[in-house]
Order: sequence, then C-alpha cells, then structure tokens
Amino acid sequence: MTAAGIVGAAVIAVPMLAAALLALLPDWRLAAWGNVLAALVAFLAAAAMPLLGLHPFFLLTDGLAEHLAVLTAFVGLTTAWYSRGYVAVEVDAGRLDAPRLRLYHATFQVLLGALLLALLAVNTGVTWVAMEAATIAAVLVVQLPRTADAIEASWKYFLLCGVGIALALFGTVVLYLAVEPSLGRGFPAMRWDALATAGAHSNGVLLNLAFVFLLLGYGTKAALAPLHTWMPDAHAEGPTPMSAVLSGSILNVALAIILRLRGVLAANAAAGAGAIDPGPPIMALGLASLLLAAFGLWRRRDVKRFFALSTIEQSGVAAYAFGLGGPFAVFAGLLHLTLHTLAKAAVFQCVGRAAQLRGGQKFADLGGLLAGHRRLALTLGLGVIAVAGLPPFGLFVSEFLIVSATILRAPLLALPLGIGLVVGTWALVARLQGLWLGEATPDRGPAPGLGMLAPVWLHLAIVLVLGLAMPLPLASWMRGIAAAVG
Amino acid sequence: MPPHLGYGDLSYDVAHLLDTAALVLSFVLLYQRRLYALINAYAAQALVLAAAAAWQGVVRGGADLFVTALLTLVAKGVAIPLALHTIVRRLQMHRSVEVALGIFPSLILGVALVALAILVVLPVTRMSGTLTREDLALALSVVLLGLLMMITRRTALTQTIGFLSMENGLMLAAVGMTGMPLVMEFSSAFLVMLAFIVFGLFLFRIRERFDSLDVHHLDRVGGGVER
Repeated sequence: MTAAGIVGAAVIAVPMLAAALLALLPDWRLAAWGNVLAALVAFLAAAAMPLLGLHPFFLLTDGLAEHLAVLTAFVGLTTAWYSRGYVAVEVDAGRLDAPRLRLYHATFQVLLGALLLALLAVNTGVTWVAMEAATIAAVLVVQLPRTADAIEASWKYFLLCGVGIALALFGTVVLYLAVEPSLGRGFPAMRWDALATAGAHSNGVLLNLAFVFLLLGYGTKAALAPLHTWMPDAHAEGPTPMSAVLSGSILNVALAIILRLRGVLAANAAAGAGAIDPGPPIMALGLASLLLAAFGLWRRRDVKRFFALSTIEQSGVAAYAFGLGGPFAVFAGLLHLTLHTLAKAAVFQCVGRAAQLRGGQKFADLGGLLAGHRRLALTLGLGVIAVAGLPPFGLFVSEFLIVSATILRAPLLALPLGIGLVVGTWALVARLQGLWLGEATPDRGPAPGLGMLAPVWLHLAIVLVLGLAMPLPLASWMRGIAAAVG
Repeated sequence: MPPHLGYGDLSYDVAHLLDTAALVLSFVLLYQRRLYALINAYAAQALVLAAAAAWQGVVRGGADLFVTALLTLVAKGVAIPLALHTIVRRLQMHRSVEVALGIFPSLILGVALVALAILVVLPVTRMSGTLTREDLALALSVVLLGLLMMITRRTALTQTIGFLSMENGLMLAAVGMTGMPLVMEFSSAFLVMLAFIVFGLFLFRIRERFDSLDVHHLDRVGGGVER
C-alpha cells in the first residue's frame, strides 16, 4: 500500500475503529483521552493529504473536499480536547454516567468519521450513507441527557432530518438517472469528480428534478429555511461539545454538496441543455434563512438556541454567496464558512462552560459574567464579536467580500442582505452586553481552567490572523478551490 | 441503452403491477382509521416492495437485489410491524388514527399529488426506458403520499408510519433504476435509521405518557409481562 493509501484510509478508518474501541472501554477518563488521540490522528492524516500532496485513488481529493476535511478534523480535535474537561464537570454534577459516556465517546468518533467520509467520498451514494450515519450519531447525542426536552428535540431532529435524508436519496437516484447516459451505467455515473465534467452533456430536465430534491434534502441538513426548525432545539439539548460544536460541521458538508451541485447545473444551463440556473433558488433559501434568523435572534431567551439561530443566519449567508456564484463570491463564501466554523465553535465552547458554571443556559442565568469570571467573559466576548462580523476578526472581511460581490452582480439584493447582516450583528452585540454586565447569578459549578479555554483562543487567533493578514499560500489555495468549483 | 420494454412483456407487466400495488397501498394507508390496520397495510406495502425487488433480481439477475428483497421482507415486512404492534399494545395507545386533516380531503390531496408526480416525471424522463419512467413516477407518488401522511396525521406513531411508507417509495425508485449500484447498501443503511426511529418512537411515547423515561412504568402498563 502506498503512503497516500495509508493516510487516506487512516482519515476514515481511525475514527471508525476508535468508535468501536471507545464503546467497549469502561473507564471514561481513559476514553476521553482516547477520543483526543483518535481525533489527533484523524487531523494529522487529513492535514497530510493537501500538505504532502497525497491523493489516495479511493477518495475525492479535490481542493474543496480536502479543505473542509482539514477544517472538520481540526474542529474535531479541539472539541475532543475541550470535551475532556466538559464531561468531567457533567459527571460530577450527576448529569452523565459511565455507560452514557461510552455511548457519547463512541458516537463522537462515529460522527467525526461520518463527516470526513461524507466530504471525501468519491461516490454520491457513499456521501449519502455517510450523511445518514452522521444524522443518526447526532440524534443519539441529542437524546443523551434523557430529559423530556432532549427527547422531544431528538425526535424532532430525527423526523425532520429523516425526511431531508429521504429526499436527498431520491435526488441521488434521479441524479444517477440524469448523468447515466453520458457517463455510462453503474459506478462511473455516481462519481463526484465525473459529475462536474458531465454536467454539460446530461439530461438537463432530469438534473432539475434531482436538484430540487437534493437542495431540499441536504438543505435540511444545512439548516436552510424553511427546513431549519430542528436545529435550535438540537443544539440546545445534549452535551455541548457534540450537539453544538461538532454537529456544526454537518452544515459545512451539506453546503459543500450544494456548491458542487450548483457547478453541475450551471455547466448544463450554460450549454443550453435544459437545466435551470441553480443560483437563484440557492440564493433565495440563503437570504430567507439569513433574514428569518436575524430577526428571530431578538426573541431568544436560551443562549444555546440563540447561537444556534445565529449559525442558521451564517449558514444562510454562505449559501447565498455560493448561489451567487463566480470565483469571487465562492471564495468569499468559502472563507465565511471556514471562519464561521472556527468562531462559532469557540463561542459554543465558552457558552457550554458558562452554562455549567451557572447551572442554566438562559440569558437570565448567564448575566454579569464579567464581574466574577473575567477570563471566561472576555474570551466569550471576543468570540461573539468575531461571530457578529465586526473587525478586526476575519468574518468582517468575508462578509464585506460577499456584500461587494452582491453590489457587483446583483445590486438590488444588497439591501436585504445588508439588513439581515446588520440586524443579526446588532442582536449579538446587544446580547453580549447582558452577558457581560447584566445581573449576576450565583455559581453552581466549577470555573473553567486555562486548559479548557486554550482551544477557544487557538480558534479565535486563527480567525483574527485571517482577518488581518491572510497568509499568501492559504489565499491562493482557497482561490484555487473557488476557481475550480465556482 | 436499456432494453425498451412495454406492455405485453412479462418482465415489464409484473414490475408495473407491483409498483402500482405499492401505490394503491399508499392510498390504503391514507384512509385507514384504525392503528392495527394501518400497521398491517404498511407491512403489506413492504411485502410488495420486497416482491418488486426480487422480481428485478430475476429480470436483471443481480444478487444484491435479492439481498435487498430479503432484507425488506424480514425487516420491514415482519420485524418492524411486529415492533409497532407491540408498542401499541404495551403502551395502550388509542386504537384510532387522529387526523389533522380529514380522510376525504387528504385522499383528494393524495390524488392531486399523484397527478403532480406523473406530470413532473413522465415528460422529464422521455429519454429513459419505459420501466424507469413509470417506476420513477409511481415511486415519487409513494414518497409524496408518505410526506402527506406525515403532515396530516397528529400522533407520533402515524407520522412514523408515514415516514416508513415514504422510505418504501424511495426503495421502489432505487430498485427500478437499471444498473444503479449500491441499492443494497442504501436499503441496509436506511434500515438502521428505521430501527432507530422505531426505538425512538418507543422512548418518545413513554415520555409523552408518563413524563419520564423510566422503563419501569412499562411493567405497570404491560400487565406484568416483564416480571
């Protein structure tokens, strides 16, 4: 087996094997370390592929897949580290016990492995199976606290995402039917890399049908309106490291799939083979999500639901940029997706610890952090400022680029886009005031140590550096991706 | 090119008959007012799907289609209906179906959805072989009727059966697609999800009924089955 083969197999196989081992390991402290170790190996393997130029033949190793795989594995690694401290507090508080933690650590690795497989799979069907596995893993985590709310949330998640997954499968089948005449029967007609080139010679009308189902199906997983309602509940219940931080990566995978489909349909439409222009529907869903979430932010009382809604907003912005199309907008969208994943993971990691500290996750419980817990409050504040898209953090740059691309390409849409962004940012800053300066409630749990906040600082540092001075190799890497899929 | 099939050809006629039977059973699901009958209608639909998969296996000679048929027969035709029966019995659920939209309007809507599916699919698939065309139209109808059932029914159990029936439609589409790989993998991956949904339904119903997930409540309900 070649080096490329070994590294490629490790990315997928290590999390899956680790899941099996962690499910059997009775000592949860050891399992938490095993979790970190497996995530580290997966991250190193994922990072080795683009850095060393290793392209295993059985994986999809174009720029988009590799970029998002490295991002997902990185978030997986920092979250595994963060999760060690998090579950220790949960065990002390009696909210989780050893058998549940076995399930927790096993599903952590299953979710990580499934997400990486969904990104790197060559075959459209394998991507679907991986997304389905990721959904099941995420549901299992959401129901873990076994409270009434958690069961309700996981049930809602299961039914809505089940329908989404089902629609996506129908779309996958129709997509096969559409490209089969030009690519040949069987596996060749299910290759993501072949789809991109086959777009122009395929049956355009069938592509439309497939696109509708895939957009709705994977759009559910990308939390695009109107199929986003599962997400605030799912993010709010369940242990934070997984239900909020790691599951955020499901959105990226779904958006990447939508971006690839956009390329296929756009090629077909450009060749006049009958497909519709895929941009407007994607932009419409993106803008609707942005506006709905930006105004909805004002009514939330629960901190995790609040930030989940903010994720829907940002997912909408990225989808909008992808729908706009062209190398410039896709570059901006990809940058936005990347930075938002890092910044939102940082925020959720802080929020999760703050909720443990105060024994509640309503804004009323979390007020006045600045007085008692300066380090946590400042870190959380920086994270919120980053997510809000304010300078000097990188999301300001990506949002600025997306607005610029809009003014260039579709000036009238700049108005709703701008309103959505401003309203969303305003809500975040207004809430931050309460978190910092509001009325403090007594602490009911231990304060986070330096080790817990380290991954948050790492995330925020990356977002800051990419906002101030993006390293040239990274910029040209992302420009290359955008040129290839945009 | 796929062989051109049409009426009068045995392989086509049987496949067409089975696909249509699945659609008819979707309507049966839609007008059912009693839970046990609903579950039985779902089991019947799953059996028809298993037969359709097996028939495609006979016509096209694919071992994976036979495995799919067997999986469908055992899991969806027998195991899941039995589990649902058990849930209804042990949780002493209402034996009638609670609807958000009356039976008659939902049937009318169902007919409209089938018309929509045919209008959408048949012109689009003009290039494909006849079987694929009609198979896709019928399968899409079953999917849409399953969705309709999820929307127009109130309780978790009937919504779940709507979802299960929708999945039957998906498998019908995948099975009828000539040369589509991974059909067996799709059906087994979906089965895992269905198993989780049925188990989730069980938990969810316990919670609704007792506001607690303590399975000990079941002893009281089940009349000492567990003791």
